[in-house]
Amino acid sequence: MQHHLILRVITKLLVSTIILFALYVQFHGDFSPGGGFQAGVIMAAAFIFYGLVFGLENVQKVFPPWLVHKLVALGVLIFAGTGVVSMFLGYDYLDYDAFAPHHPSHGQHYGILAVELGVLVTVTGVMVAIYYAFAGRPPQVSDEDW
Amino acid sequence: MIITIIDIVLFFMLVMTALAIVRRRRLFSVVMLAGVFSLLTALLFVTMDAVDVAFTEAAVGAGISTVLMLGTIAQTARREKEPTRSGVLPFFVVTVTGAALVYGTLDMPSFGDPNAPAQVHVGPDYLKNSVEDMDLPNVVTSILASYRGYDTLGETAVVFTAGIGVLLLISGLGARRRREDEEDS
Repeated sequence: MQHHLILRVITKLLVSTIILFALYVQFHGDFSPGGGFQAGVIMAAAFIFYGLVFGLENVQKVFPPWLVHKLVALGVLIFAGTGVVSMFLGYDYLDYDAFAPHHPSHGQHYGILAVELGVLVTVTGVMVAIYYAFAGRPPQVSDEDW
Repeated sequence: MIITIIDIVLFFMLVMTALAIVRRRRLFSVVMLAGVFSLLTALLFVTMDAVDVAFTEAAVGAGISTVLMLGTIAQTARREKEPTRSGVLPFFVVTVTGAALVYGTLDMPSFGDPNAPAQVHVGPDYLKNSVEDMDLPNVVTSILASYRGYDTLGETAVVFTAGIGVLLLISGLGARRRREDEEDS
């Protein structure tokens, strides 16, 4: 896609904005609509968008497949690990009061932040991994075939 | 009143898009129209105040799945084959199934009914206690991440499993490994 100058410039402008918006949806999810899943798909959409315009090779330089595959598992690990940590602190599994026993609602904030991060990581990883799997298969069509 | 008009317009556009999808043979335009369909669905979710769901629908339905469909077309065919058999039987099956589904919705509580089962079970407790328990303005987040933490953990595991499954099926890892085994032996 070397010749689509406008598309390439707009993409460069938009990708950073989309990633910023994904982070907003993630960390402002306590106060406004959104959360880990939504932020994850928006974040993945940013990388897929970049890959569509600049090609699979370039996006894989930014976000290499081995890292994506690790993130898929890491997110579930963060989520489940949060529960294990609360168990070791003497509370129920996934009872976030454990993280600030004297101020339960603060503990809830920390816990929600941790599990939402886990959801974000897994969803981003899975979406990007599926895109890589689809886009990485051999028969690529040229622009004219469409 | 204005919401009703917007709903009617959106549903009309939704039906038109669906009809256009059925009539097209060029798969590229079918995929694009499917993206339009998802975007219209997302707008309907917004009019129902379900902004979280609308976010997801817009990003997954209109964005990522459109890209994945395009990837699939790139692997397979650009045009749908002309049907060889008559469409009477499929049309009959679809009509009967659709009628059964509409019949099923007749028993459902109407939208926003305060006596609906979803509103009288644990919902009121969550709404009443969440300010004290979590001190978070967005109750959806408190329910998803804390009250229903196990469910969300399960959902994350489902996403994880789906991702691993797709990777195993189409990433070509199995074929590559078999080839390496053959080279070794």
